[in-house]
Amino acid sequence: MGEISLKLNGKLETRDVADNTLLVDFIREHVGLTGTHVGCDTSQCGACVIHLDGVSVKACTILAKQAEGADITTIEGLADGDALHPMQEAFHENHGLQCGFCTPGMVMSAVEMVTKNKDISEDEIREGLEGNICRCTGYHNIVQSVKAGAAKMGGKN
Amino acid sequence: MYSTKYVKPNSTTEALEAIKSLGEGKFLAGGMTLIPTLKQRLASPDGLVDISGCKLDSIADEGETLKIGAMTRHVSVAESAVVKKAIPALAKLADGIGDRQVRNRGTIGGSVANNDPSACYPSAVLALKATIHANNRSIAADDFFTGMFETALEDDEIIESISFSKPTKANYVKFPNPASRYAMVGVFVAQFGDEVRVAVTGAGEGGVFRHQEMESVLSSNFSADSVSSVNIDSDGLISDLHASAEYRANLIKEMTKRAVGQIH
Repeated sequence: MGEISLKLNGKLETRDVADNTLLVDFIREHVGLTGTHVGCDTSQCGACVIHLDGVSVKACTILAKQAEGADITTIEGLADGDALHPMQEAFHENHGLQCGFCTPGMVMSAVEMVTKNKDISEDEIREGLEGNICRCTGYHNIVQSVKAGAAKMGGKN
Repeated sequence: MYSTKYVKPNSTTEALEAIKSLGEGKFLAGGMTLIPTLKQRLASPDGLVDISGCKLDSIADEGETLKIGAMTRHVSVAESAVVKKAIPALAKLADGIGDRQVRNRGTIGGSVANNDPSACYPSAVLALKATIHANNRSIAADDFFTGMFETALEDDEIIESISFSKPTKANYVKFPNPASRYAMVGVFVAQFGDEVRVAVTGAGEGGVFRHQEMESVLSSNFSADSVSSVNIDSDGLISDLHASAEYRANLIKEMTKRAVGQIH
């Protein structure tokens, strides 16, 4: 056990955790933010993707202790009050989900890849979503959503 | 995951002291293999020594060689202008590992120390005549990989960096498993003047290996056509639910042809 402190969606969170606590369990169970999902729990599906110091990572494959002092954003941290993030809006408008279970991870991956490459191509989007699995949509609407989200975020494609 | 201890030292000296004091400890780099292994309870170390604070994240062009620190993440190698200029095939290899979230965390040192038989990096280490710099000695690539998940590293040794020799030309081509993206077969071809080195990952029961016959054929005639004449023996190749040894033997030939055909 030991205390860790990290910034979660702009707010400092300090908790006592066991050394083997996963970051995703810290977020969901200790802090109570359940938007980050656990799908496969084996680093394949991407439902648990969050941003750790600005880069997308799978929160089921990191120990909470490894994130000591980090700046973390989860799906709950994207919207500005009631105003959705442009990528969330794009998923809404393009029906980029069915059951919605994979959506938090999809959106977090999408935001990172577009932030790094705002004129992203469809091929790059498909490649970029390699680590996110959806069992409902067949991906078409998700890819369309990311494209629309990229345009809203200032991209030219 | 079994209960374990976690420590994060600030230098390799401290990391080595920590691992000694832990009983059976493990170094934790990016954790992309180790953490899933712990979650499946396939390992139960007394403690984890996180080496991400040990300042081992670096990329330096040193003239004849390119030196990469052990904690350098795949994304950093893939996006590095220095790597792209010195050994573009290495940047390409890093850009094809796992998925973007794995590349954002996984490290070169972790991959090489783990020596997964399907990992991409060991093939580059072997083909590019790399030297593995551990805390107290340097080990040539040809002496480093000793078997599946086995290396010449002792329990109290830690990789600090890896120096790759700059080739005249090189290329890496893999046939990724459609689900995991691990290499079913990956072939790294490197040309150093008249010398050609061909390293194969994903295929050997003993892990990564150099294909001597391919090397000698390509040394005398460097072309995709000359690869066709090589007979690939399926003895000693992995046979599992993803592919038979014969299928992998054929993939070795095909991946080598592609690597040679598209080399630059």
